[in-house]
Amino acid sequence: MKESVVVIGGGVAGMETAASLLSLGYAPILVEQSDHLGGHVASWHRLFPDMTSADEVIASLKARLEGASVFLGTGIQFVNRLKDGYNVMLTNGVSVLAKAIVLATGFRLFEARRKEEYGYGIYDHVITNSDLENWFRGGDDLRVPAEPAAIGFVHCVGSRDVKAGNTQCSKVCCITAIKQAIELKEKFPGAEIYCFYMDLRLFGKKYEDFYINAQRDYGIHFIRGRVSEVGERIDGRVIVKAEDTLAGKPVKVSLDLLVLMSGIVCNPEIAALTKNVTLERDEDGFLRSRDNLSGITLSPRKGIFYAGTCTGPKTVPETLAEARSAALCVHDFLQGRA
Amino acid sequence: MDFGFSLSPSSAVNLDTVDLSLFRKVEARCPDIRTCIGCGSCSATCMASAWSGMSVRQVILALQRGQLRQVEQKLSACMLCGKCTMVCPRGINTRNLILAVSREFKKEEAQ
Amino acid sequence: MIYQGKQKIWSDYQKEIPDDHWFYVRSCIRQNFFPASEAHFVKIVKDVLGKDLYETEHHTTCGGIAYHSDTIPQETAMTIVARQFALMTEAGYKNLVASCITSFGNYTEILETWREFPELEVRIRENLWKACRREFEKPEYVCHASDVIYKLRNEIAEKATVRLVNHETGEPLRVVEHIGCHYSKMFPHKGVGGAEYPCVLSGMVESWGGKVIDYPERRHCCGFGFRQYLVKANRGYSVSNTHKKFESMEPYHPDMIITNCPGCPYFLDRWQYVIAEQTGKTYGQNGYGIPALTYEELAGLVLGYDPWDLGLQVHQVASEPLLDKLGIAYDPAKKYLGLNEKEIMKPGLPQVLKCC
Repeated sequence: MKESVVVIGGGVAGMETAASLLSLGYAPILVEQSDHLGGHVASWHRLFPDMTSADEVIASLKARLEGASVFLGTGIQFVNRLKDGYNVMLTNGVSVLAKAIVLATGFRLFEARRKEEYGYGIYDHVITNSDLENWFRGGDDLRVPAEPAAIGFVHCVGSRDVKAGNTQCSKVCCITAIKQAIELKEKFPGAEIYCFYMDLRLFGKKYEDFYINAQRDYGIHFIRGRVSEVGERIDGRVIVKAEDTLAGKPVKVSLDLLVLMSGIVCNPEIAALTKNVTLERDEDGFLRSRDNLSGITLSPRKGIFYAGTCTGPKTVPETLAEARSAALCVHDFLQGRA
Repeated sequence: MDFGFSLSPSSAVNLDTVDLSLFRKVEARCPDIRTCIGCGSCSATCMASAWSGMSVRQVILALQRGQLRQVEQKLSACMLCGKCTMVCPRGINTRNLILAVSREFKKEEAQ
Repeated sequence: MIYQGKQKIWSDYQKEIPDDHWFYVRSCIRQNFFPASEAHFVKIVKDVLGKDLYETEHHTTCGGIAYHSDTIPQETAMTIVARQFALMTEAGYKNLVASCITSFGNYTEILETWREFPELEVRIRENLWKACRREFEKPEYVCHASDVIYKLRNEIAEKATVRLVNHETGEPLRVVEHIGCHYSKMFPHKGVGGAEYPCVLSGMVESWGGKVIDYPERRHCCGFGFRQYLVKANRGYSVSNTHKKFESMEPYHPDMIITNCPGCPYFLDRWQYVIAEQTGKTYGQNGYGIPALTYEELAGLVLGYDPWDLGLQVHQVASEPLLDKLGIAYDPAKKYLGLNEKEIMKPGLPQVLKCC
């Protein structure tokens, strides 16, 4: 009989891990709390830097899961340590004995309303990056006006923000803002688009080219300065205050739409999951790996592995590569090599 | 009535009302100025900068913020040596930019 | 604007306000600026609502105004505050209520500082003992007087004879609420509703029938700014801040402004005259200004007190247009009669700003 491995979380990390385990000859059991696979990526429209369709990425991952046991709409009741492995009790009543568990529990988007000064949930035309993707996917959103003349993006909402309790850079928001700014400019060529940033952290393949495109070909304005407060005008537009730090002058602008780049924060549900099997958290709230350099997919506990953003913000290609790496670590472990 | 004090002018730039006419004309001639990242290489290497306040970085920013007097005042100290073009990491043809701005100012003067 | 969004934030900033037995400390300057406000707070709380409010003639300034004007160090302010606490302890009270926003901020800041640095509290206790042989308990609750009125707002509404409604049109009055900076900007959790969307005043306005205006410069300082005003060379900054606020609220045509700080109603009121003289512009209807009232004055009006007993005649901006809208009767002949109908002198009328 093939060895069972429980993979918790059916986002791209869990899917790729399960697919890799499958091709290594194991019997992965993929457990997903929601009613669909794909996690955050499934609610995205197109992905940087090649504007790949998110649905296609999910579809190709799904195709590779043929033969894996997938439980949707299923949570974890508890995980108990046994002498030689773990007993994982699922909320659907299924009890699994497994020598290895992979946590692919992902992240949460920062709750934008907590940055009260930006007025998310209060002003009529303030949305988040994820609301915008939903709109790109064809979802209705009355907050997006029919013909906006000016649109703003606020980078680092809840990221690199000690006061919000998150010191980490969310890594993907700078490039996401640029991607979304370009997409909006394509839809509304007459609109002026402003990105308010602290630093632009564009580290990935082709990201800088994307930025140059946004500047040169789309005329998107980049203003170095964090938005300090947002107000609503009598006509319902929002007015944004920031400092143009390169000019050393305060700047204000009225906008028809303001997009908040909500950052990546740790998944708070990890706490319940790790009740019986204590797993340490890092200062940033994410799961602590055995080693941040050479053992990112290894937990400090024998038989428990990590894949994807449960250990910190990551891009899709990084997550996929890490998922494969986690599968190989599980393989080595089950073969008695680690 | 003289109160001995009065309303102070605001230094804030209001992007709703900013005059971008010159910027639009200049960017039509040299669209690469949009790719400035404000790194300051141009100003750091500028022969005139330390004495006159000349700074291509600040000129580009002033164009984008509609501060035309600042553009004129800074550029008037340029000696067109071309050193800023040599150092720009974005490959902006700053010499072309400076000449384009001068041309626009000259046109205005002529009118 | 999504009202439910604000309600959600307010639920995050619920402040516990005791509902009786308060030790009241007055402001240094309010009795000169708005002479009847504190007196009416005491009347409303004690006589109308029958609560226990105690004050002593021995209390002094809290030192906040000097501290914020850079004339005394914080340690001195702390020792003054320690003495106020001693007076409260001696009187047998545990709930401190400050009339002044800067006092409230000062008390809160000092208690928070002592929490972080207990050794400082020990030193201040020594200072106080050396200075006047007094000892103190720290208050269980520190509130601003507007917190108390907020807490009692519905009881006031039940007894109200006037609603904040235009009596001719039946429309709710459009009210700008302005919160003093030291109320919750330093410690958002110490203010009702937090610092971004405080509801201490908006709650009163809504309870009494008015409609709150949310305008872009709602959070901006009134313009006082302590040294911005106190140093004459800086006064241009002071009036510029006020000007910015009026420019921002102008499109909403507010009927009045309600405030909870000593400085705010003063500057939002008096600077309208200066702005009118310097720019020729007024912000009320027909050349009048926008009346800026304290929350006690407004509570007094809805409870049916005479406007001249509430001291509205010492405002720069004429309050008559507001009284007319509310349908409140007043005798113009008695405007400048003080206690026992004694003449208190009439002010000269300004050139631009229309006053009655």
